[in-house]
Amino acid sequence: MNTPLRRVALAVMVLVSLLLANATYVQVVKADGLRADPRNQRVLLDEYSRQRGQISAGGQVLASSTPTGDRISYLRTYPTSPAAYSPVTGYYSLQYSTSGIERAEDPVLNGSDDRLFGRRLFDLVAGRDPRGGNVALTIVPAVQQAAYDAMTSAGYTGAVVAIKPSTGEILAMVSTPSYDPNPLASHDATTRTAAWEALTADPASPLTNRAVSTTYPPGSTFKVVVTAAALASGKTTPDTQLTASPRITLPGTSTTLENYNGSTCGSGPTASLTEAFTRSCNTAFAQLGIATGKNAIRSQAQALGIASGTPNIPLQVADSDLGAIPDDAALGQSSIGQRDVRLTPLENAVIAATVANGGVRMQPYLVSRLQGPDLSTLDTTKPMSLGQAIDPAANSTLTQLMIGAENGAGNEGKINGVQIASKTGTAEHGTDPRNTPPHAWYIAFAPADNPQVALAVIVENGGNRALAATGGSVAAPIGRAVIAAALQGGR
Amino acid sequence: MATATPTSPPAGIGVMPAPVLPTRRGAELVLLGLAAVVTTSALAVVEANQEQAVTTDLLKLGAAYLALFALAHLAVRRLAPYADPLILPCVAMLNGLGLVLVHRLDLAEKDSARQLGEAVPSADANHQVVWTAVGVVLFLVVLLVVRDHRSLARYGYTLGLVGLVALALPGVLPARFSEVNGAKIWLRVPGFSIQPGEFAKILLIVFVASFLVSKRDLFTIAGRHVLGMDLPRLRDLSPLLAAWGLSLGVLVVEGDLGTSLLIFGTVLVMLYIATARVGWLLVGGGFFAVGCLVAYKLISKVQDRVATWLDPFASYNTTGYQISQSLFGLGTGGLGGTGLGAGRPETVPFAKTDFIMATVGEELGLIGVAAVLMLYALLVLRGFRSALAVRDTFGKLLASGLAFTVALQVFVVVGGVTKLIPLTGLTTPFLSYGGSSLVANYALVAILLRISDAARRPTPARPARAVPATPIADAPTQMVQRPS
Repeated sequence: MNTPLRRVALAVMVLVSLLLANATYVQVVKADGLRADPRNQRVLLDEYSRQRGQISAGGQVLASSTPTGDRISYLRTYPTSPAAYSPVTGYYSLQYSTSGIERAEDPVLNGSDDRLFGRRLFDLVAGRDPRGGNVALTIVPAVQQAAYDAMTSAGYTGAVVAIKPSTGEILAMVSTPSYDPNPLASHDATTRTAAWEALTADPASPLTNRAVSTTYPPGSTFKVVVTAAALASGKTTPDTQLTASPRITLPGTSTTLENYNGSTCGSGPTASLTEAFTRSCNTAFAQLGIATGKNAIRSQAQALGIASGTPNIPLQVADSDLGAIPDDAALGQSSIGQRDVRLTPLENAVIAATVANGGVRMQPYLVSRLQGPDLSTLDTTKPMSLGQAIDPAANSTLTQLMIGAENGAGNEGKINGVQIASKTGTAEHGTDPRNTPPHAWYIAFAPADNPQVALAVIVENGGNRALAATGGSVAAPIGRAVIAAALQGGR
Repeated sequence: MATATPTSPPAGIGVMPAPVLPTRRGAELVLLGLAAVVTTSALAVVEANQEQAVTTDLLKLGAAYLALFALAHLAVRRLAPYADPLILPCVAMLNGLGLVLVHRLDLAEKDSARQLGEAVPSADANHQVVWTAVGVVLFLVVLLVVRDHRSLARYGYTLGLVGLVALALPGVLPARFSEVNGAKIWLRVPGFSIQPGEFAKILLIVFVASFLVSKRDLFTIAGRHVLGMDLPRLRDLSPLLAAWGLSLGVLVVEGDLGTSLLIFGTVLVMLYIATARVGWLLVGGGFFAVGCLVAYKLISKVQDRVATWLDPFASYNTTGYQISQSLFGLGTGGLGGTGLGAGRPETVPFAKTDFIMATVGEELGLIGVAAVLMLYALLVLRGFRSALAVRDTFGKLLASGLAFTVALQVFVVVGGVTKLIPLTGLTTPFLSYGGSSLVANYALVAILLRISDAARRPTPARPARAVPATPIADAPTQMVQRPS
């Protein structure tokens, strides 16, 4: 009887080994997948039970976590003008994930970042609940608020990005229409779901951060890039004579390209570059672009950050692109910022800031400092130069041209005593461009002799002027209001 | 302490002096002390992680635990001095860990009830302590009443009948007296409810052991010889058929997959041990396969269980939720676990009962799971060791049957929780919250200890019967009349 007994005992050991092997498989081999499974609430609940850090800008708290009595220990709230800042802060939702800085700086905010390791350890020893670190933004509240108010009071859909040219600090980043992130962070499922469904169903797509996620045809603002390329080649000066014809036929095609309203460029048979830039003559720039050449324009665009791999700021930024330029006809259209040229508002602001900064492109950034829970500094973002994008001599000429353009572009919202340098754009888009209200652009920096702020404004679909809209009439007043705010309160 | 004298009847006088075998009670005491230290430390860790203050709960639970196992140890010292020294410490460790885990899950429930503004539920850990006390009392009673395990064989049929009735009772009672969560396995008396099946299991094992001992020779008669193996004769299949029928009955009527599997598996293995014929295992395996097929075809619950076993995440929102949560817990625990009181084991439904191993896996990690499995392995192997060492056939069968049923139960429930096999509702012996299982398993352990005591008790007790009580020289001369 003992032999079968021993065999059964052995069989029991085999069963135990099977259990152990399987437990090892589940707890070691498959563990990472199970832990990270989105349906596994444990990691999330852990995160919610920690006090998430603050997001602040210029001393104002934009997002903070307040203790609650319920199962999820902390409620995320956005106390200050939530809709104005939500494109930057993003939202933090139990159900709908996160966006914006809430997502980009999540490791610091939730306290899991390696730089917080020492503090976590200390909290553990001290028996304190670990807390997340804080994120201080480069955003200047007065500028952000001014930009948001200017856009919303006119009911515009679009975006504004303001940058400090010398450093790349983003002073304002507005996208309209915007949204209130508070209901999305609510612990009440009904509130949360209702808000989410309303926002996602809205055709104006308020959750999209147009400043970094949407690319638009830049229209005439792209003439800045073409001019920089032309000036850098050395063959072109402000006095170079270009065609003044109201329309030209693109080489090798029967397609015509015409000036705004079909007008001639000035009064003479030809127009100087200065005149063409000020009047934003399409025919002249198509000619200039073709003369400058595809490669020169492409490499100038890349030096300015178009189609050259967009670094995060730390929000994810959509790539700006020139598109394929197969022939001179395409080059002519691309030279006036149409065809397949697509820029984010951020990229267009970077172009303005680069000109403002003597041709040196700075990496734009939103986070000025990362702090520990005790407000000690973990990390400070240092301004980073991305190289001399525009030759200095060409750049000062370009600045003069932009001053001329500003002075020729209407007066609405002009600031006394401040010289702005700018370029407007009125970009056609859609399948029937002539009957679709154009996007109105304005890129600018000021003061022209000592630039403190550079910006890009886009107003989608003509704002409130429909087909008659131009960059100068719709976008420029917004831009000037933002510049005024930046030069007064911002500094 | 190790030299404490046995309380067995004095050895016969005039024969060889009995070899002084160590009783090993000292070792048992040291190991029990270790279990107490581990348990109280674990409680302290839970308190530290959950409330950051040592509450009176800790003292109450700790003191009750110490008192109960001190009592159990003294009882063994007195009533079964040669009993195996490892079995009781294993039980103490598992029961202690169970108490800690139930207490830990209580705290989680209390916390969520407080935050939801609901009434705070009464602490199950306190109930579990009471059940442990009842279990220890039954343990004492069994040791006291059953002075020799062989006496159980005499009541084999009676005990078997009682077991059968106990097993069938919930099945025939109206659902309101017997059904909880879809399983008709309860006897619901006002105040508390028990699962008679847990006790029936032990009684049936006693019956099967005594039955097999009395009829053992019959079953070893070979039937047809097939493929180098002796298959049993058809008419000898009746006990196996009976067990099979009973299992299926339990499954169909009471919806209790676990007990069904447990009964059939244990009977089959006991039959194999009694006869040493592999043929029985083959025939039994065939029966099992047929039973599984029938159950799968007829019972939708079985189909659900198999489907969720194959892919729990496919039915995440319905039947697969529980096992998915269990796997999340195990995965999150990983190798070292989150630490006691630092995980979220309450996310798994039935974490205190069927899924307590998911809590072990989450908070103590693979290391904890392996440690618990090793404790069970140790407990079971000591049972088998006693079965090997005991001299009588009945004792061998009974001990191995009891040990195997614990092993099988652990395999079925842990395998289910970790998705090795389809899930069946069973408690984890000594670890899970639940009075019936705990109390019944204490009776089981008492019988095992009784058998191990018999196995290690010095032999000379027996010849004493043949030898007169007084030295031959002092005995009065007996006058024997010479037959004429």
